[in-house]
Amino acid sequence: MRSLGAIVLRDLRLAMRDGGALGTALGFYLIVVAMMPLAVGPDLKLLARISAGVLWVALLLSALLSLGRLFESDYEDGSLDTIAVAGPPLELVVAGKAFVHWLTTSVPMALAAPVLGLLLNLELSVMPFLALSMLVGTLAVSFLGAIAAALTLQARKSGVLIAVMVLPLYVPTLIYGISAVAIATTPPGSPWPSFLLLSAISVGSVVIGPIASAAALRYQVQ
Amino acid sequence: MAKTLTGDDIALERGGRTILSGLTFRAIAGTALLLTGPNGVGKTSLIRACAGLLPLSTGRIELAGGDPDMTIGEQSHYVGHLNAQKPALTVRENLAFWAGFLHHGGRSDGGIEDRVEVVLERFALAPLADIPFAYLSAGQKRRAALARLLAAPRPVWLLDEPTVALDVSMRDLCIAVVDEHLAAGGIVVAATHLPLPFRALEELRLGAVAEASS
Repeated sequence: MRSLGAIVLRDLRLAMRDGGALGTALGFYLIVVAMMPLAVGPDLKLLARISAGVLWVALLLSALLSLGRLFESDYEDGSLDTIAVAGPPLELVVAGKAFVHWLTTSVPMALAAPVLGLLLNLELSVMPFLALSMLVGTLAVSFLGAIAAALTLQARKSGVLIAVMVLPLYVPTLIYGISAVAIATTPPGSPWPSFLLLSAISVGSVVIGPIASAAALRYQVQ
Repeated sequence: MAKTLTGDDIALERGGRTILSGLTFRAIAGTALLLTGPNGVGKTSLIRACAGLLPLSTGRIELAGGDPDMTIGEQSHYVGHLNAQKPALTVRENLAFWAGFLHHGGRSDGGIEDRVEVVLERFALAPLADIPFAYLSAGQKRRAALARLLAAPRPVWLLDEPTVALDVSMRDLCIAVVDEHLAAGGIVVAATHLPLPFRALEELRLGAVAEASS
């Protein structure tokens, strides 16, 4: 546990000290969302209808930006060699790193989403629910994304490759994330079934992601 | 029983090409095993295979007298060509991270901070402790990388060119640290081009083995 704590603490510290990854992701998120009203025009009803979808898609794209660095810097400076064989099971380490990615990338964006929702005439009453569903749903983003990041570790310019590999995997998260918010916006009907399915996808990703990523990393460090 | 790291009839492949075959070696506690030989002969690959990073195509590597519940990697320090330090973190933060991370499996005393300070002092890194790793010279970086050998106690040290970039006094310091480890019954396997006058050593010339077997 001490080892796991050490790596989580180190990654958090690095994320805070660099700061670049979060700044880029948040900036990108803001710009994509802000361009949407300019593109579709000032029809408030239309904006309100598409707001949840726009916020979700933009969040998925922004979270992708920093995924490529998840293992890359450890690979480049040689830390990954030691981390892969000398510490606790690699699966746990990967889970720790993916968790830090979620904490430093997705959580700030999920919390910023309601504010950006104002630009899109998102209904005030669903904002807390939108943020909650994003917080839960984006766990899948980090943990499934780790698989692609591990697989493309030695590929140069891996960013686009990661996007192509991993965006299809995000489709279920996107569908249930949006349907939860849509149902919450237009009662009657309970948004919780969709929310629970969204949670189930995240839980599954948290289990599968580290195992698959660790297998890929073991191959990469050979 | 003295710990012994043995390799039995090992063959290694890189990119479909066999680089080592029929290699047998023994690294006994207290005696350093030096791997020498020309570039590309497989010194680094052999060290990585010992650490468990590179799978063997045949043969096996075993640690007699070690903890049977742990892999060799979990009982080893592996210091490769790369320093495995984060440029944005200070020397102390880097070392504290490795001390915490590598304590897995070892005894977990609460005094990691104290231990880090002692090790910084030992490697003459105390004046540099609060400087980000990125600002160090090549030799200082190497020293900071080697410092993790003492940050967590482990019986097997796998060193790949440990003294590259070190000046004479720091090379002597490195050798003194390794000698202490050997005297305490540790195992050392080191790949090197530079002479490393450890207190007790055995040399394994890899080129000679490869030529003899072909």
